[in-house]
Amino acid sequence: MASNTALLAIIGDEDTVTGFLLAGVGNVDIRRKTNYLIVDNKTTVKTIEDTFKEFTAREDIAIVLISQYVANMIRFVVDRYNKPIPAILEIPSKDHPYDPSQDSILARVKHMFSSDPSGPTNRY
Amino acid sequence: MSGQGQRLNVVPTVTVLGVVKARLIGATKGHQLLKKKSDALTVQFRQILKRIVQAKETMGDSLKASSFSLTEAKYTAGDNIKHVVLENVGSATVKVRAKQDNVAGVKLPKFEYFTEAGETKNDLTGLARGGQQIQLCRSSFIKAVEVLVELASLQTSFLTLDEAIKTTNRRVNALENVVKPRLENTISYIKGELDELEREEFFRLKKIQGFKKREVEKQLALNKKFAEEAALKEKLSFNGGKGRSENNLLQLEADKDEDIIF
Repeated sequence: MASNTALLAIIGDEDTVTGFLLAGVGNVDIRRKTNYLIVDNKTTVKTIEDTFKEFTAREDIAIVLISQYVANMIRFVVDRYNKPIPAILEIPSKDHPYDPSQDSILARVKHMFSSDPSGPTNRY
Repeated sequence: MSGQGQRLNVVPTVTVLGVVKARLIGATKGHQLLKKKSDALTVQFRQILKRIVQAKETMGDSLKASSFSLTEAKYTAGDNIKHVVLENVGSATVKVRAKQDNVAGVKLPKFEYFTEAGETKNDLTGLARGGQQIQLCRSSFIKAVEVLVELASLQTSFLTLDEAIKTTNRRVNALENVVKPRLENTISYIKGELDELEREEFFRLKKIQGFKKREVEKQLALNKKFAEEAALKEKLSFNGGKGRSENNLLQLEADKDEDIIF
């Protein structure tokens, strides 16, 4: 990472994003680029995917929070992503209950928990 | 033959044997160390696995609480606070700092969240009404961020460790199944060759010894014969003249052979 301090990025529905912005996570840089994306029913999957890719490519972002139902829309991109930094966290949103089995990381954790961790860890 | 499988292409000499043996010792040591490293990483990995599952559950609860407090805030302050909040976004006050943790030589990134000193524009949000609810909501979301950052660092450690364990195990297996057998094969090959050389050498020495012995015997026999002849000559010359010498020879032969009749 370029600097020692980094931002959090959020992709989620309006309420979730509002809450986190209220906490002071939001950032707008000189070029008016934000570190969050509000997903409503007008947002296209393409936009989400592009934003996700942009966030994961940015150097100043350490953690990407993504609502689980949004992550499900771009599941193929999220699952393919396997770099440690930035970390992708799937968070529950208000209207959508959290399903641990859909979380790409948690699925792997569970998979390893049930079997021997030194065993079939090669899943990708 | 032992050298038939995998082995290094070396000249079978004592020096090379020493070198290969040293390499085998090195490989064994490295294998042991890597195995230990892998074990240490696995222990850490299991701990992280447990903590990840716990943190995920905590995250669910904390986000549920946050959403609820947001709803409360919206109820008291009116639905338009989100526009105010969205408009008031400046630079982030909540950021993360990356630290590094070292586990058996593997650097694990660790995030630490901190609040940057600076006035937040959101302080005055909801001054008209519902201000308290909004501040409650805010602190509840900050708590959620705390949990999420913790979870993120666990998750990052998880991925890094996973990768590191895989690499280490690959190395351990490579040493165990490729490098060590190859070195062992090379050693046994060199030993076999050296034994073979020794046997050849021994056989050659035996041969030479036998040859020498035969030569010596031959020489001895020759010497003996020569000595006999010399003694005979001496006798003859001692007996004197030529004619008599013939008689004498006859006489001698007669002495030697009884059947002869003249």
